[in-house]
Amino acid sequence: MNIQQKLAILADAAKYDASCSSSGTSRRDSVGGRGIGSTEGAGICHSYAPDGRCISLLKILLTNYCQYDCLYCVNRVTSNVPRARFTVDEVVKLTLDFYRRNCIEGLFLSSGIIRNPDYTMEQVVEVARVLREEHDFRGYIHLKTIPDASPELLAQAGRFADRLSINIELPTAESLQSLAPEKDGAAIRRSMARLRVHIDEAKEALAAPSPIISRPRAAPLVALPPRFAPGGQSTQMIVGADATSDRAILGTSATLYGSYQLRRVYYSAFSPIPDAPRALPSQAPPLMREHRLYQADWLMRFYGFAHDEIVPPGDGMLSLDLDPKLAWALAHREHFPVDLNRAPRESLLRVPGLGVKTIERLLQTRRVRRVRCNDLSVLRVSLKKVLPFVIVADHHPGRHLDAPDLARQLQPRPAVQTDLFDTAPC
Amino acid sequence: MLNRTVELTGPIDLAGFRQAARQLLAEQVPPEDVTWTLAYQGLSDLFAEAPSNAAVTHPESASAHEASPPQVPVFFLPLCQSAILHREPRRFALMYRLLWRLQHQPGLRHDTLDPDRRALEDLARVVRRDMHKMTAFVRFRTVADEHAVGPLHIAWFEPDHHIVEATAPFFQRRFTNMRWAILTPERCAQWDGEQLTFQPGAHRDDAPPVDAGEQLWLTYYEHIFNPARLKVKMMEREMPRRYWHNLPEAALIAPLVAAAHQRNGTMIEQGPQDMIKRRPAAPHPARARSTKS
Repeated sequence: MNIQQKLAILADAAKYDASCSSSGTSRRDSVGGRGIGSTEGAGICHSYAPDGRCISLLKILLTNYCQYDCLYCVNRVTSNVPRARFTVDEVVKLTLDFYRRNCIEGLFLSSGIIRNPDYTMEQVVEVARVLREEHDFRGYIHLKTIPDASPELLAQAGRFADRLSINIELPTAESLQSLAPEKDGAAIRRSMARLRVHIDEAKEALAAPSPIISRPRAAPLVALPPRFAPGGQSTQMIVGADATSDRAILGTSATLYGSYQLRRVYYSAFSPIPDAPRALPSQAPPLMREHRLYQADWLMRFYGFAHDEIVPPGDGMLSLDLDPKLAWALAHREHFPVDLNRAPRESLLRVPGLGVKTIERLLQTRRVRRVRCNDLSVLRVSLKKVLPFVIVADHHPGRHLDAPDLARQLQPRPAVQTDLFDTAPC
Repeated sequence: MLNRTVELTGPIDLAGFRQAARQLLAEQVPPEDVTWTLAYQGLSDLFAEAPSNAAVTHPESASAHEASPPQVPVFFLPLCQSAILHREPRRFALMYRLLWRLQHQPGLRHDTLDPDRRALEDLARVVRRDMHKMTAFVRFRTVADEHAVGPLHIAWFEPDHHIVEATAPFFQRRFTNMRWAILTPERCAQWDGEQLTFQPGAHRDDAPPVDAGEQLWLTYYEHIFNPARLKVKMMEREMPRRYWHNLPEAALIAPLVAAAHQRNGTMIEQGPQDMIKRRPAAPHPARARSTKS
């Protein structure tokens, strides 16, 4: 099998992983080095596929042979997909070649489980080691960690990688038990906890001031603490392969953010995979559901919403028609109108149609003068969406807020197709 | 009051702008009396009539009686550094007007929603996006170079604004140990491993054609795409069509989209599959050696 065929199979096998983020790691470049590569804070999407997802990293599996039989996974042992395996050297060459062409920010390497978890993890880590140590590669490396691999291997992975991730796969322990019987939910969480300890330690060591020792005429000694995944850890949850509600999913995410300090939880709408087993739905859940979950996730991380107040009472699902912030505001009209010239930041964050950056600007400006309707136009916010909920110097919504058909007025026109909406997950 | 015309040396002559602006401020010349032009193409201010009695100022000649620098808030200079790279001919006038108003309206520096400031920020935002897209969409192709140790990497790119000088240092930091050149219609940047230099614009034909190695990238693009979730609008928003003719993978978009509709249909029609027999997971890579596990 030639390298083209392998690449085709092993990229196909990797595309169900939503993450391709290359941001948030330490800043570095190749000045003074032997190799190539840099990371400068913000990630770069070098291309976009027609599925709207950014292509930032060479995202491949080392091999798609796998011992496990996770029903939702295209690479499960009982699937008929063609199989392939890269050598360490092939992945290294591909990464460097694509990087030199400026097609990628780095590598996202994952693998099916072959022989045993430790053996597989060793191979994955070896790719990263060769890139870093033999080629002095300074681009981005994301390694998918195998939860049952030994702590020593996890520690090694963290030395070479910018980001590590372990997929939680499914939102509840029961779903994992029924759809991925060989995966151990407790082991996944144990590994996440272990990674968190390493990441925190490395961060603290970096932040700690070095003791001041006076040594006249001696060259300054700069001993950097060992690095460990400066881009943190992330995970992915498959949505719509089981019956878990949005409320339960957000609850799980809140725990993951809180307990393991994850940078990101990715939601991946289950897509019907080729050669799917009968236990799975053959239709995908609406992509809008995935989008609403990302919006809700944003509300938890940047807008001060608690996970249990976003989903309305009832069936535990987010509205597909209205974005979760607007839905919350319509259900809690007693919190409105909010006076943009007086209300605290927390209240401004709850106003539909106002983003974090917009709010920072409003707060700055209102220190020197009163905010008016025209300012909202200058900020290009949707007046139709914002005005019913706010008071500014020359506007008061009056009874408009109480209109029983307000939800209908604010609903986007139904002809809009789902693909107009989506935000890229990375 | 006499109208004044300032002639800058080029489209991104920030030093010249600063010098002229200081002098104009010192002489209390209001923004409506100033016309900004570029030396190499004559009058650039397409929207203003050239006043016949204009006094032309060349910033470099004014250094003899240099005025003391005006007090500006910290946001102003970085804002100008980006906004000046925009193609908009009125950018100099806008920069000077905001500078003038900042000197005369004390509260303005805190007014983040002032229309002039927002307009300038919009220019800067567009420029930063263009710079970001350049770091993303420049594609190097390798050509052998007999006269040097390593190969030369050459890219052809068409930016929307005057961003080549400002973006080239990114590539210098990233590819310090490569020799490369980025050719564009207006400016070309070249890094020989030690020095970054700029030359006048080039032609598309000066860049090398497709090479064999590019096929691997195309294979990757084709297979990382998930046909079950087509979102063409989203893709076009982030990778606008005007970049497509310089991106090798863009030629695949139309056929992939067409095939996606078909493939999904087939997968759902076929329905779920019966499981195959479990088989051993992987062949060992080095069967010759004895396995210890």
